[in-house]
Amino acid sequence: MTPPARTRSLGLRARSVWRWAILLLVGIYLLLPMVAMLDFSTRGAPGERSLESWQAIATSPGLIEAIVTSLQLAALSVLGVLVLLVPTMVWVHLQLPSLRRTLEVICLLPLTIPAIVLVVGIAPIYAQVTRFFGGSPLTLTFVYMVLVLPFAHRAIDASLRSVDIVTLSEASRTLGASWPRTLVGVIVPNIRVGIMSAAVISIALVLGEFTIASLLNFDTMQVVINLIGKRNAGVSVAVSLAALIFAFLLLIALPTSSGRRSASESEDS
Amino acid sequence: MAPYLGVVPFTVFVTLFLLWPTYIVVTGAFKDTNGEFSTEALGSVLTSANHLSAFQRSIQVSIITALAGSIFGALFAWAIGTGRSNGPLRRVALAGSGVFAQFGGVMLAFAFLATFGFNGMVTMFLSERFGESFLTDASWLYGMGGLAVVYTFFQIPLMLIVFLPAVENIRPQWREASDSLGGSTWEYWRHVAGPILFPSFIGAALLLFANAFSAYATAAALISQGSPIVPLQIRGALSSETTLGNQSLGSALAFGMVVVVAVVMTAYALLQRRVAKWSQ
Repeated sequence: MTPPARTRSLGLRARSVWRWAILLLVGIYLLLPMVAMLDFSTRGAPGERSLESWQAIATSPGLIEAIVTSLQLAALSVLGVLVLLVPTMVWVHLQLPSLRRTLEVICLLPLTIPAIVLVVGIAPIYAQVTRFFGGSPLTLTFVYMVLVLPFAHRAIDASLRSVDIVTLSEASRTLGASWPRTLVGVIVPNIRVGIMSAAVISIALVLGEFTIASLLNFDTMQVVINLIGKRNAGVSVAVSLAALIFAFLLLIALPTSSGRRSASESEDS
Repeated sequence: MAPYLGVVPFTVFVTLFLLWPTYIVVTGAFKDTNGEFSTEALGSVLTSANHLSAFQRSIQVSIITALAGSIFGALFAWAIGTGRSNGPLRRVALAGSGVFAQFGGVMLAFAFLATFGFNGMVTMFLSERFGESFLTDASWLYGMGGLAVVYTFFQIPLMLIVFLPAVENIRPQWREASDSLGGSTWEYWRHVAGPILFPSFIGAALLLFANAFSAYATAAALISQGSPIVPLQIRGALSSETTLGNQSLGSALAFGMVVVVAVVMTAYALLQRRVAKWSQ
């Protein structure tokens, strides 16, 4: 027996009410702290608004330097991980398909090793690194490349799967292109969506990283935000809010793999 | 042989900066200060009430926030996943969740200080309206209670990211089939959607547990006194220069964390195999 149409549309309406109630509640929970940050960072004398905290960003000792350091680190880490990972992944895809699973497991390994654990093992190694490269915070690039490995791998892998790069590279090689030219001229343009999202996620991760920088005593943006916050919380809240908004804009500009089809494609593996 | 040359740079890099540090942690846990084999450091962790209760608190806060995060996050994922698959709401929710879930514990700690701290927006609003009371005592934020609230704040978005693919795999046709066969909403969830989503849900909850268990930044920025959880005790072991054998104590604590995460991630991997069945 089919239920009457009336109960079915009632069910639909109930579902819609539930849906919006959940969205509203979770939305408020997630956005309330953001509103509070705006309020907190624009407080002046009682009852007044002031941009003092925001202006203090420029004059807080070390803050601008630390932001520049973090931006440089983000750029270097992205560049490093792409130069390391893209040729390796393409190479394995084409020449050593039996190693694909191994490569994936290694790339996902950093997800299962907490940063606080990694830092215990990497501290002795960094004693050597600083001897070779000097004590610049930019040496963090190496360990940050490890941190972003899982996310970069996943994004590039999704792109590689959606293109038939075996045929593409055979065609390119048959026409006389060298292997580097095939990689840069043929394959990279075809997986640029994956490369773009790998880059964006990596930038966001590096800009937000605190654990390793702080315990290896490097002054990155997060470390200085935390330090300043002990004395002048307003400035820290202002920088945090600006950084959160910046990361949000980065992520929303990403061409997302949307829709049902790609959702099942990018299923956790 | 030649094809293997192509993976040499990657192998060297990963060995230096991922495998070697992992090796240092694992072997360091079994060494004394002179580098000799010893189970002393591990033994001292296992017999110290201070360290054991840190593990207990770490596991507790991870379970609580993984539960809260996975339940509310799953509801959130359902609400987003049943909407337009290309709509702006989904886009904004995913980008925002990416920021909250993965961007930075320090900034989220400051977000909550601005909300519920002594001079936070909500605290001040409450004290203006209702005067001083237990509601305006913000000290809870700087301890385990605050940790649980901020962790939950980033667990819910992480759940959305991890769980949304599973929700979007549910075909609307299944609901229609259940409806037209006379199934009630309860029966649909009990016999169709529930059993399909359950392994993904448990898997995601395990991931959330590991996420909270590994978190350090929020606690470092928020907690002002003592080292109630394991990551903060590792910091103590690494940064203190007074007691000997800190590197091995740090390694022993880190090794303990690795064991807990390994157990959880193994369970996750096993579940993931079952999930794969449904995601074809």
